[in-house]
Amino acid sequence: MKFAVIRFPGSNCDEDCVHALRALPNVTAELVWHKEEDLSAYDGIVLPGGFSYGDYLRCGAIARFSPVMQAVKKAADEGRIVIGICNGFQILCESRLLPGALVRNRGLHFICESTYVRVETNYTIFTNQGLTGSVLNIPIAHGEGCYMADEETLRDLNVHRQILLRYCDKEGIASEAANPNGSLQNIAGIRNRAGNVFGLMPHPERASEARLGSQDGNVIFRSVLEWHRRHSPLHS
Amino acid sequence: MKVKVTVMPKANVLDPQGVATKEAMLHMGLADAGTVRIGKIIEFEVQKADEPALRRICNDLLSNPVIEDYHLEIGK
Repeated sequence: MKFAVIRFPGSNCDEDCVHALRALPNVTAELVWHKEEDLSAYDGIVLPGGFSYGDYLRCGAIARFSPVMQAVKKAADEGRIVIGICNGFQILCESRLLPGALVRNRGLHFICESTYVRVETNYTIFTNQGLTGSVLNIPIAHGEGCYMADEETLRDLNVHRQILLRYCDKEGIASEAANPNGSLQNIAGIRNRAGNVFGLMPHPERASEARLGSQDGNVIFRSVLEWHRRHSPLHS
Repeated sequence: MKVKVTVMPKANVLDPQGVATKEAMLHMGLADAGTVRIGKIIEFEVQKADEPALRRICNDLLSNPVIEDYHLEIGK
């Protein structure tokens, strides 16, 4: 499977994402500068974390107008896989490829710590290698990760099973105490209605090998690979 | 011609900056401080006032309608 990891001015998790992806079997991953206008060669696109355009105006607001985003939108419309991590999630929301918005953390602090997230449904491209209700240990690192959406959007997200990850405690309880940033309904990651675009605040690439303290992030990447394998023309 | 855009968080969106600033106001003795909301003002110049074009800029770039409201003033 061939991934493009988009590098915006101010991205800083791009190399980490490439590293984590290349460690997986049968994967190629390339850094792609944000001026690129053609992503047709890639099966999957990752918008990595960082501070694109210095987070000026709003997080992700200016990256949305980078030339590459037209190609990302095209890929999303064609059903190819798009993952936005942290700042990448913010860019997907600003681009309206995902509903809602990410605002300043409830406690105002930038939070960089290990968090637990619960897999809300495993019948998806991004979580099929996990179990519904299972708990993943994946760190967060953000100042603006508080997920906001209006009532109607929240209802739709629940009805269409678009919420894939919720912040929880070690036992899997999505309590207020386990909510690090004030996100509505403890939301940590959502997909679009079609199911091929996924945004999450936790950093799976930072939980991708034993020496990082957790390998749970690989559940996400391996799910994508498994889905791609099952849907590739060579597989029968 | 001068354009001034005021962007404010929507009333139902949590504004932790406003909450923290209110706390500081109370500490400074402003005992009757009410809700504090923090937004931003963006000013720029244009040759002619094309309001639909300016509103598109306000909606798509300067504010995020999911979480913010804007007020556009042209030529003041």
